[in-house]
Amino acid sequence: MTSHSVVLRPLGTVSKTVSALRKCKRPVVCTLRSRNYSTHPPNARLNLPTDYSTTSLLAHSSQTALSNPELSPEAKNGTAKRMNFFQAINDALSIALAEDETVLVFGEDVAFGGVFRCTMKLAENFGGARVFNTPLTEQGIMGFGIGLAAEGMRPVAEIQFADYVYPAFDQLVNEAAKYRYREGLTGRHAGGLTVRMPCGGVGHGALYHSQSPESLFTHIPGLRVIMPRSPLQAKGLLLSAIRSNDPCVFMEPKILYRAAVEQVPTSPYTLPLSRAEVLKEGEDLTIISYGQPLYTCNAALQKAEEDLGISIELIDLRTIYPWDKECIFKSVRKTGRCMVVHESMVNAGVGAEVAAAIQEDPDTFIRLEAPVSRVAGWSIFTPLMFEKFNIPDVARVYDGIKKLLEY
Amino acid sequence: MKARTVSRAFLRRAVGSTPLASRTPNFQYSAIRSASSVSQRLGSSHVSFPGAVNSAFTSDLKFVIPSDYPTLPTYRVVDQDGNIVDRAFKPDLSDEEVIKLYKTMLTISIMDPVMFDAQRQGRISFYMVSAGEEAISVGSSSALDREDVVFCQYREQGIFAQRGFTLKDFMDQLFANKHDLGKGRNMPVHYGSKECNIHAISSPLATQIPQASGAAYALKMQRINDPSLKPRVVAVYFGEGAASEGDFHAALNIAATRSCPVIFFCRNNGYSISTPTLEQYRGDGIASRGIGYGIDTVRVDGNDIWAVREVTKRAREMALEDGGKPVLIEAMSYRVSHHSTSDDSFAYRARVEVEDWKRRDNPIARLRKYMESKGIWDESKEKEARESTRRDVLKAFSEAEREKKPPIRTMFEDIYEELTPDLKAQMEQLNKHLENYPNEYDLGEYEGGIDSLKS
Repeated sequence: MTSHSVVLRPLGTVSKTVSALRKCKRPVVCTLRSRNYSTHPPNARLNLPTDYSTTSLLAHSSQTALSNPELSPEAKNGTAKRMNFFQAINDALSIALAEDETVLVFGEDVAFGGVFRCTMKLAENFGGARVFNTPLTEQGIMGFGIGLAAEGMRPVAEIQFADYVYPAFDQLVNEAAKYRYREGLTGRHAGGLTVRMPCGGVGHGALYHSQSPESLFTHIPGLRVIMPRSPLQAKGLLLSAIRSNDPCVFMEPKILYRAAVEQVPTSPYTLPLSRAEVLKEGEDLTIISYGQPLYTCNAALQKAEEDLGISIELIDLRTIYPWDKECIFKSVRKTGRCMVVHESMVNAGVGAEVAAAIQEDPDTFIRLEAPVSRVAGWSIFTPLMFEKFNIPDVARVYDGIKKLLEY
Repeated sequence: MKARTVSRAFLRRAVGSTPLASRTPNFQYSAIRSASSVSQRLGSSHVSFPGAVNSAFTSDLKFVIPSDYPTLPTYRVVDQDGNIVDRAFKPDLSDEEVIKLYKTMLTISIMDPVMFDAQRQGRISFYMVSAGEEAISVGSSSALDREDVVFCQYREQGIFAQRGFTLKDFMDQLFANKHDLGKGRNMPVHYGSKECNIHAISSPLATQIPQASGAAYALKMQRINDPSLKPRVVAVYFGEGAASEGDFHAALNIAATRSCPVIFFCRNNGYSISTPTLEQYRGDGIASRGIGYGIDTVRVDGNDIWAVREVTKRAREMALEDGGKPVLIEAMSYRVSHHSTSDDSFAYRARVEVEDWKRRDNPIARLRKYMESKGIWDESKEKEARESTRRDVLKAFSEAEREKKPPIRTMFEDIYEELTPDLKAQMEQLNKHLENYPNEYDLGEYEGGIDSLKS
């Protein structure tokens, strides 16, 4: 089945390892030289590995998880359980399949549990008619999903890596997104469709196992583009996406699948789409990000606050389109300084849209005390051996903060 | 570091457990091959590779040459003179029903040139006629249940007409007026109807084919969930040019592997715009490909409405057998008309070729001959039907043309289920702009004028 079963690699944490590419059927060229992300340059003060076991962005106690103000009363009064990111996805899919018989889960290799374990036991529990493998064809998966949705089902399609969504682009852009619009009075739509795809850097994914194509989807009216940062979010946002009557592109930072572990409410619950979350309040600068870089931002701002005696506001966009402009504007009007951080390329990325919207809003523009800055991937692809110089790290975000304050 | 050790140890174990004799260059594959694969038995005459389990060994090196196989036959019931050639054929329609089908074909063939000319006069922006293919759409549609779900390409007016889409419905869409079901958003001929169970047509070719597979799977699952629902199939139509798209491949493959009750209906009319089939494919048409996907397939004379009906009826039964499966029909015809109003087909094919097809064989004439030989139709009935249909078409035409266009607000709606804050703000921007520049736009033709933009 797979010709590269030798790859077992650590993913951003000291103790846990994951075979991110292990089951991938694609011809993956992996070097046998190992890089261990628990190590770092001996004198590094900023670029230390993310410690997911202590980060304030994850709910380490059930009390923290259950006191989340966005939870329904039922979820708040329920229990919480330690889950990693892929388990939270699995939990959400399980709930969706159990509560609605129109939900179907399919894609390449999902039946045995998925190459990232997100669909473990679903085929056993809900049957091969509802959880199944498709032939290896992304355009087929997407077209199939749209047809299901247009006939009233709630398909949850998986694209094995976001890097492989492009064959399905026509179906997403011209079909899924435009379905409701062109049907008009007939009222038919493809809104039941949710497309899950692992995205983002993983340390050694190179050109075709690292991409974050979210900004390509934000240029498409009709789609909702979502990227959670944690297990608790992943479950709530995925359930929202599945229940949403608009087609949703749900992007899962694969580096978090095993690394990010937190207490997750066990009841079904949803988190609102198109609503940003203020993770930390501050007065002097706003950092806007989504997905995995939030951990980088959090580490950088802690150092900057210590070193520079300032306070920084950190905002998780969560839904990248249609995005929560009011939340961002409100924060930037308060702080006057703003930085957008994302992994994918800076050119025409999400940062461009956020920065443009900020300067276009009269009430926010006059409050700006420095140009909006973007810390993002360079305008290159993700090269195997140079990933650490490409993806924004703590030092680059820290430096960005300094420059913004010195302006 | 740790990880590498583990994986090397794993490999070493795998190697160690393999008997020395079997350490061929392939041992690694067998070591990791899935457990579901049964390995070759000694002395077997057949290969047991999982990819082709019943393949016999041969010591004769021989490539399969497509031309060694005869071209797949084309089924027909009625010959060019209207005579029945399939002795097993039993007409299952009353005379009235036959006449109704004929009149539906006639209606399309009369509406088509009227609207083609209307486009030439600049009264609608675009049109596509279906001359020569009326029997394919009307005939196949007549053999489906009205609740079967249909996906079209764009040259299937006959299906809409046969399912009860009225001349008013056609005209409202073509003029994109306020009654247009598509709310004035789509190009002409991109019809859609919930009532008729036909999904709205979109321009990108072949995208509807995998969607039809998915829709068919939806119908199948809905019936599993609620066995009281009546069995339904999906029918999807596309041209032979569209079959070159990757979506065609994906659709047939996924329908076969998921056992979807879907009828793939290819209209092979010889051309995709200017491209003749010789530049489209080198195999035996589209039908020959169905077999490769493990799909039951038939080729039919698309100018013979009876043959089209018969194969569609049978295909529908087959599609519902064994819990559902796909069927492929390739209907052969000739695109008598230009591709569209934006095309002059005499730039790439001889006028005489077209005239020849029109004269020698066309689906309407063939059914007419059949009806005349049965004594249920004659010249005077023909004249009367043509005149009254033409009157009806022109009446619907002028009524639709006079109607207002949909409210301007319609342009912002249905992007999402609800208007987003962004879209509300943009609607307000457009409202202000139109207030500031009232003379730069013709607002009068839109229902409610500028008022629809006020929230």
